[in-house]
Amino acid sequence: MAERVGVYICHCGTNIAGVVDVPEVTRWAGELPEVMIARDYKFMCSSLGQDLIEKDIKELGLTRIVVAACSPHMHEKTFRGAAQRAGLNPFLMEMANIRELDSWTTDDKEAATQKAKAMISGAIQRVLFHQPLELITVSINPNTLIVGGGIAGITAALELANAGYHVYMVEREPSIGGHMAQLDKTFPTLDCAACILTPRMVDVGQHPNITLLAYSEVESVEGYVGNFTVTVRKKASYVNEELCTGCGICEEKCPKKVVDQVFEAGIGTRKAVYRPFPQAVPKYPVIDRENCIYFQKGKCKACQIFCPTNAIDFEQQDRFIQFEVGNIIVATGYDPFDATRIPHYGFGRLPNVITSVQFERMVNASGPTGGRILLKDGTPPKSVGIIHCVGSRDENYNEYCSRVCCMYSLKFAHLVRERLPDAEVYNFYIDIRASGKRYEEFYHRVMMEGANMVRGRVAEVTDVARTADEEGKLIIQVYDTLLGEQRRIPVDMVILSVGVQPRKDARQVAQLFGLGCDFAGFFTERHPKLDPLLTMVEGIYIAGACQGPMAIPETVAQGAGAAARVAGMIGQGTVVMEPIKAHIDEERCSGCRICNNLCPYKAIVYHEDRQVSEAISALCQGCGTCVAACPSAAITGAHFTRRQLMAQVEGILLDVRQSMEASST
Amino acid sequence: MSAPYEPVIVGFLCNWCSYRAADLAGTARLHYAPNMRPIRVMCSGRVEPDLVLKAFREGADGVLIAGCHPGECHYIEGNLKALRRYVLLRRMLRQWGIEPERLQLVWASASEGTVLAEAVNRMTEQLRALGPLRWKQTVLGGNGHPSIATSVAAAVEEATAMTEEA
Repeated sequence: MAERVGVYICHCGTNIAGVVDVPEVTRWAGELPEVMIARDYKFMCSSLGQDLIEKDIKELGLTRIVVAACSPHMHEKTFRGAAQRAGLNPFLMEMANIRELDSWTTDDKEAATQKAKAMISGAIQRVLFHQPLELITVSINPNTLIVGGGIAGITAALELANAGYHVYMVEREPSIGGHMAQLDKTFPTLDCAACILTPRMVDVGQHPNITLLAYSEVESVEGYVGNFTVTVRKKASYVNEELCTGCGICEEKCPKKVVDQVFEAGIGTRKAVYRPFPQAVPKYPVIDRENCIYFQKGKCKACQIFCPTNAIDFEQQDRFIQFEVGNIIVATGYDPFDATRIPHYGFGRLPNVITSVQFERMVNASGPTGGRILLKDGTPPKSVGIIHCVGSRDENYNEYCSRVCCMYSLKFAHLVRERLPDAEVYNFYIDIRASGKRYEEFYHRVMMEGANMVRGRVAEVTDVARTADEEGKLIIQVYDTLLGEQRRIPVDMVILSVGVQPRKDARQVAQLFGLGCDFAGFFTERHPKLDPLLTMVEGIYIAGACQGPMAIPETVAQGAGAAARVAGMIGQGTVVMEPIKAHIDEERCSGCRICNNLCPYKAIVYHEDRQVSEAISALCQGCGTCVAACPSAAITGAHFTRRQLMAQVEGILLDVRQSMEASST
Repeated sequence: MSAPYEPVIVGFLCNWCSYRAADLAGTARLHYAPNMRPIRVMCSGRVEPDLVLKAFREGADGVLIAGCHPGECHYIEGNLKALRRYVLLRRMLRQWGIEPERLQLVWASASEGTVLAEAVNRMTEQLRALGPLRWKQTVLGGNGHPSIATSVAAAVEEATAMTEEA
C-alpha cells in the first residue's frame, strides 16, 4: 500500500511520558514499514504541535495521520482540524488514546509502553483503510419543545420566546408551575414562592411565541437534531377550552370532594372538576374521570348544568397533536422521597408525623389550613421536631445528598418560630450543608432565633411513652453525637424532610428521548463539568432537578442556560453531523431482511420490486447493529467498516502474533 | 526462558458508555491491569462475532465487550443485540473447546469507571488461571474431536477471511 503515514506521539507533559517511554515508542514507530515519519512532542494539542503535523502533511505529502495522545473525546476535533487545514481529509486521521486508557491507569512502565505500541499499531493498520468522508450539514428547525412546566421549563420557555423563537411547552398536570407553586417561602431570602413564580406563569400563558399544551404528555419523538417530529397526547379534560372562561362556577357546584394527593400532598381537598390552585395557568379546569360522579355513576352533570358558556363536554376524547422542532429541553423535575418507605419514622401511621411537602402546604396562606400550623386535632403544636435527610445520605434508600433539605428545614424552623413564638423547634441533622450564596448566614440567623439543633440521625419516632411527660407526645429517639448520648425528645409534631429523587417514570421518559440515566435514575449530562446541559443525544438538553437535586437558583440558571444553548443552535441555522452512516450495497444484498427489524430507527426500508434493502441516511444514527448482522456483508458502516475494525484487531495484536509465530518456528 | 504469561484481552468498548467509563477510570487515575487493549466501536451492537473470532485468531487470550446498561443504550437497544450474539457465540466457543470465560460482556455506564476497571482486573485474573488460548492447537489442532474441530475451524477461517475482504 502506498499510503504515507505520519505518527505523532504526545508527551502530555509528564501525563503520558511519565509512564510510557515516549522516545522508545517514537523510535519503534519510525521503523515500522508503513510509517513514513514518527515524531514526539511535549504537547501535541498546542498550536506548535498541530503546526508540526500540518507542516509534515504539506512537505512530506502524508496521506494518513495517527496521533497517539489523549481520548478522542477530548481532542479528535482538534487533530481533525489540523489535518483539514493542511488539506487532508479530516477522517484520514486516527487517534490512539494512550493517556486515559493507558498511562493514567498503571504505574507499570514496561506494560504501559507495550500497550501504547499495540494501540498505535492498531491505529496505523486501521487508518490505512480509512476513507475520506464529508461532514453532513442539516438545517435546524427554529421551534423548540420544552417538556415540563416547572420553574426550569418556564425559564427556558420565556428566554427562547422573548428571543423570538417559537416554543411548545408540554406539561403533564392541568397547570404549569411545578413544585415551586406548592412552596410557601423560599430560602434564604424568604420571598414568597407564588409571588415570584405566578407572574412568570402568566407570561408563559400569554406569550404569542409559546404554545402551551397542559394536561398533555409526549407520546413519541422521532428524528434527529434540527429535525425532530414530536407527537403529544392532549388528555381529555372534558372542558372545551374555546368556550371556557375560567370563571370557576363548575368547581363551586361540583358535589364531589376529593383528597388532593398531588398539589395539596394529601392534606387538602379539591373537587372532581378542578384547577390545582387558583392562579393556575392555563385557567381551564379539568374533570378527573376517576372521581367524577357522572363518569362513575352515569348521573350528576352539575357542572354542565351550571356552566354559563356551555363549555363542559363529556364526549371529549384524547387528542394527538404532531409538530416539528429542532431542539428539545427536558425539564421534568423530581419526585419527593416516599416517607412510607421508612416505617420507623411513623409517616402514615402516627397522625402528627407529616412530610415537608405537607408542611409547605400547611404553612402556605393559600393552603388547606390558611397558613396555620395545626395538629390533627386542630390545635397548634407546642413543640415541633424536624428530621433532616429522610431518604437521603442513607445507603438503604438514596445514597446521595438531596442538597435542598438542610436549607428548607432551617426555613421551617424559622417559620414555626415566626408563627408560633412559644413553640420549641428541634432540628435533627447529620451535617448542615449550607454552601450556597447567603445560606450559611441564614443558618446562623435561624440558630440565633432559638432553634434547637441536635446532631444525629434519628433512630425512631414513636408514640409509646416511657415517662409521664412523654404521655400523648411523639417521642424522637436519637443518638446525639455531640453529647455522646441517647436522647428521647417529646414533641407534638414531626416534620420529615424528604429528599429529592427521580420521577417514578424517569426511566421510561429517558427511553422516550434516548437519554441516559445514572444509577439513581437522574438523567445524565454529556459532561459533568464542561457540558452539563446537553445530553448524549445531540439536540436534546436537560435542565433542573431531572438531572439531580438542585435548588431554585440553580434550576433557573440551568433553564436559562439550556435556552441559550438552543438559541445558539438556532442562530447557527445548520448543524454538522458525523457522516457515520450505514450504506447497503445492492449488489451484495440478498434481500433477507434481517437488518430491517434490527434497526432501532426504522432507517432501513425494503424495496419489494428489487428485493433489496436500503438504509435511509437521514434517519440512520450510525450504531452499526445492521452492519454486524448482515450475513452477506452487504452493509458498510462508514468510519467503522469491517475492514477497518479487522485491521485494527490485527494491528493491536501484531506483537502477540509475531511472538507466537517466532515461538512456533 | 520465555517471559511469564500475561493474558492479552481485546476490549470492544462502545463510544457512549463504556469508552467514556474507561476515559473516566483514567481521569480518576484508577489503576487496573494493563492487559486490555481497547478498540472503540459506536455501539456494542456493532461487534459482530467475526471480530471476536478474529481477535482470538490473532492471538488474544480473551475478548471483552462492554456496552451501556440495558435500557440506557445510546441507540435504544443495540446492547441487547450484542447480548443475544454474545450468548450464542459463547455457546459456539464452548463447542470448539474454548472456555466461555474467554468472552465476556459487561455493562458499564459513562459514570462507572470502577465497573470497567474491575471487569478488566477480574477477567485478567481468570485468564491468568486459564492460561494462554493457543487457538491453533485448540481449534485448528483439535484436542478432543480433531476431525470435527478441524472442519468447523476451517469453515470459520474461510468465513472470516471472506468477510474481511468486504
